[in-house]
Amino acid sequence: MPAIGDRAPAFSLTDTSGAPQQLDGAPATVVVFTCNHCPYALAWHPRILDVARDYSAAGVRVLAINPNDAERYPRDSPAQMRARVEQGEFEGVPYLRDESQQVARAYDAKTTPDVFVLDAGGVLRYRGAPDADYDDPSQNARWLRDALDAVLEGGTPDPAETVPVGCSIKWRP
Amino acid sequence: MRVELLFWEGCPSYANAHAQLRASLIEAGLDPDEVILREIETEADAESHQFVGSPTIRIDGVDVQPPHGEPTGLTCRVYRRRDGRFSPTPDPADVRDALRAAAVSTAGDRS
Repeated sequence: MPAIGDRAPAFSLTDTSGAPQQLDGAPATVVVFTCNHCPYALAWHPRILDVARDYSAAGVRVLAINPNDAERYPRDSPAQMRARVEQGEFEGVPYLRDESQQVARAYDAKTTPDVFVLDAGGVLRYRGAPDADYDDPSQNARWLRDALDAVLEGGTPDPAETVPVGCSIKWRP
Repeated sequence: MRVELLFWEGCPSYANAHAQLRASLIEAGLDPDEVILREIETEADAESHQFVGSPTIRIDGVDVQPPHGEPTGLTCRVYRRRDGRFSPTPDPADVRDALRAAAVSTAGDRS
């Protein structure tokens, strides 16, 4: 499990169209573990999409990863993921399936959502919640935006770590 | 009036839901300590209580935001606020309306 300042685990996962997606050395990359069935993930989702849109010109890449056990939670199945993408719910954000759950384990992801910000060298610079309150859209993913601003300026996010809030990752039995 | 909060420990939203429910009861002039907390621990429990997710609030047996065909199970429940946002807890206005409706129904039964 990476600590702040460690190189984050590399991965290759397929998105809902079957295309492989990896870390590619973007100026900053947001890896967000998320899912379809969790109200916290859904509540924060528009703010994550806004971040993807607002930082795309700066070359920031946002990758959403669903690691949940879809056998026990069918709403997290690949078909349901595809349906959300086709409905336009992931504009500008590839939605990846972590079927083996190995990526979530490698990142020590705890909840959906759980957000990780990596710099251009793939080093983990921020980990935690998007902002302080899932129920307050005016928070506007402030912690995530501050982390990205710091990384893009070559600085250190403050805070670099917050407590992720959401539904527990649904691990396979 | 019977006020029940059914919850699953695996979803962190029940504490907020309980606090909001207590506030709504106080606002309605009712006793917040009358909330019956019922923990749902297994899938079998979920099925027998028709529990579609945590938290679930029922006033006199009626869900404050009746589910629309969701399967029973141990999961966090997705609510829609009145402004359309997703939320882990019901809209406080829905809770207040359910309490009012139950109060009217109870008064009607007594008249």
